[in-house]
Amino acid sequence: MGWGLIRLYAIAVYAFMFLPVAVVVLLSFNANQFGSFPMTGLSLRWFEALWNNDAVMRAFRTSLVLGLMTAVISTTLGVLASLALVRYDVPGKNLITTALIAPILVPEVVLAVALLLFLNWLGIGKSFALLLAGHVIFTLPFVILVVQARLVSIRRDVEEAALSLGASPVQTFFSVTLPLLMPAVAAGALFAFTISFDDITGTLFWKPGGVETVPTQIFSMLRNSISPEINALGTVMILLTVGLPLLGAAIARSLSTKRGR
Amino acid sequence: MAAVTLSNIVKRFGTFTAVQKMSLDIPEGSFCTLLGPSGCGKTTTLRMVAGLLDPTEGDISINGRRVNDIPIHKRNLGIVFQNYALFPHRTVAQNVGFGLKYRPVDRAEAQRRVMQALELVQLPHLADRYPSELSGGQQQRIALARAVVVEPDVLLLDEPLSALDANLREDMRVELKNIQKRLGVTSIFVTHDQSEALAMSDQIIVMSEGRVEQVGPPEEVYNTPASEFVARFLGAANILEARVTDRQGDELALDVPGFARVVIPRARAPKLGDASAAKLVIRAEKLKLMPADSRDDTAIMIPAQVEAVDYQGQAARYFLRVGDHALQAINMIDVAPFAAGDSVILRLLPRDCAALPVT
Ligand SMILES: Nc1ncnc2c1ncn2[C@@H]1O[C@H](COP(=O)(O)OP(=O)(O)O)[C@@H](O)[C@H]1O
Ligand SMILES: [Mg+2]
Repeated sequence: MGWGLIRLYAIAVYAFMFLPVAVVVLLSFNANQFGSFPMTGLSLRWFEALWNNDAVMRAFRTSLVLGLMTAVISTTLGVLASLALVRYDVPGKNLITTALIAPILVPEVVLAVALLLFLNWLGIGKSFALLLAGHVIFTLPFVILVVQARLVSIRRDVEEAALSLGASPVQTFFSVTLPLLMPAVAAGALFAFTISFDDITGTLFWKPGGVETVPTQIFSMLRNSISPEINALGTVMILLTVGLPLLGAAIARSLSTKRGR
Repeated sequence: MAAVTLSNIVKRFGTFTAVQKMSLDIPEGSFCTLLGPSGCGKTTTLRMVAGLLDPTEGDISINGRRVNDIPIHKRNLGIVFQNYALFPHRTVAQNVGFGLKYRPVDRAEAQRRVMQALELVQLPHLADRYPSELSGGQQQRIALARAVVVEPDVLLLDEPLSALDANLREDMRVELKNIQKRLGVTSIFVTHDQSEALAMSDQIIVMSEGRVEQVGPPEEVYNTPASEFVARFLGAANILEARVTDRQGDELALDVPGFARVVIPRARAPKLGDASAAKLVIRAEKLKLMPADSRDDTAIMIPAQVEAVDYQGQAARYFLRVGDHALQAINMIDVAPFAAGDSVILRLLPRDCAALPVT
């Protein structure tokens, strides 16, 4: 009887979480001209409308470029920072780690306002570079956490073996450390991309006028009317932010089983 | 010529001194073992030779060249680690061939040398496997192949056998020694296991608390320990307070009150000098237990009581009492071991004893 109740409760929680999502996905295929029930038939017309909506497509491209650049920069910085923190004796290690992880702990609004005020104080206006910098700061902790955890588990003597065999420190990094770190690097990059692609709070503060990302575009579309296009856009977002990490995990798994690890 | 020379090496970690004023010559082509209890500075010493640690003071030379300022990847070494340290993302052949990529060796030659190295360790059929698909013993052999394929000036081995189980360890130690001999590569081996050191080494360097206690071939270190520490560390030894009662020619008479008077060759007491007090060292294997009515005029015979017996299969360790002295003996078991409470005779040959100065 206890278990039955727990099961019921679990189902209710999942329904609460996923039903709205399911509704959005379902309605995005609705042929009806209003974005609501009843469904009058299946159609891709709202996806087509999206495709032909210049503002949405521009926002999509912005988000994609922003996400990719954030992923690349954040992952590079995150790997370098993790290496320094794990492999070398940096003075003030704990302080630096805390500072790098802090953006996760600080509420996003506070972080967003702080960065904006700071740049105002420096006399630097809003720009795409600022937006990118904000996203990097915000995603860096995730990359560092993932990469550091993996780096700690890579035995130092494997790198020492490479060095002893004649590989320079840089060659050792690229031929031994990085390949072993790859699953974490890929996971970190995916994290950074999805978080950036998904972000709205910081983006609203940081984006220069006239630039929209997909989330801010949805936000402004919602202020005018509830168009069924938004359902379609939501579906695309879900596909990307859920599908990409799943794909990444699947690739990582197939790579590691091939090596018999 | 010495292949590796350490002169006055000191290594400090903060205020802690891990290696103190160490000087050593490792002869070309020899198999030298750093032996000592855990924490005595063996790994630290080896890592300084490797270039993984910088000495605080002193110089290290390899083949006559001072290497203090030469980074590890330019020292042309082979290192075998305790936990194998194979590259998990590379096949066995890629692991073994790794060092050749950084040397002027063309592909065909590299392939030939990899196969040769794999044949040396008798695992050519595993070339395409990944390390995780190998047993511990196989992994360590691959690690050895990877280290020797580059024809290193010095091969460094840090407790390479201690992660293996007991039976395999003994097989591997014979095999490792054979391979070293065949290649003639100068090797520095680190272990805390005295039987490993005795079985494999040309020279043993016994270390304690960052210092060299004694350097010598296995028989010498075993039979003529230079200090009480060495005597106790290499197997069980009885150490008794003695007085020097006479010195004549090559012989030395020692009296252990309540035990025996022993005349030993002076060569067995090289450190004693003119002192009148000494410590008599008798290895536990050299005290032979005999039935209480035994007689032998060529040896010293001492009546004793068996207090306890530790049965070890083909041998037994006896805890004995002679007057005030508590002694240990390890004897092979002939028919049946003596039992606790038995009265026995201890048979001792003077040439099996050694003497140390009192410190
Ligand atoms: N990086 C280090 N920092 C501080 N102390 C160290 C370091 N490495 C080794 N030690 C100390 O130096 C001593 C010798 O260590 P080690 O050479 O590893 O001993 P062994 O290999 O003989 O067991 C030990 O007391 C150890 O705690
Ligand atoms: Mg050690």
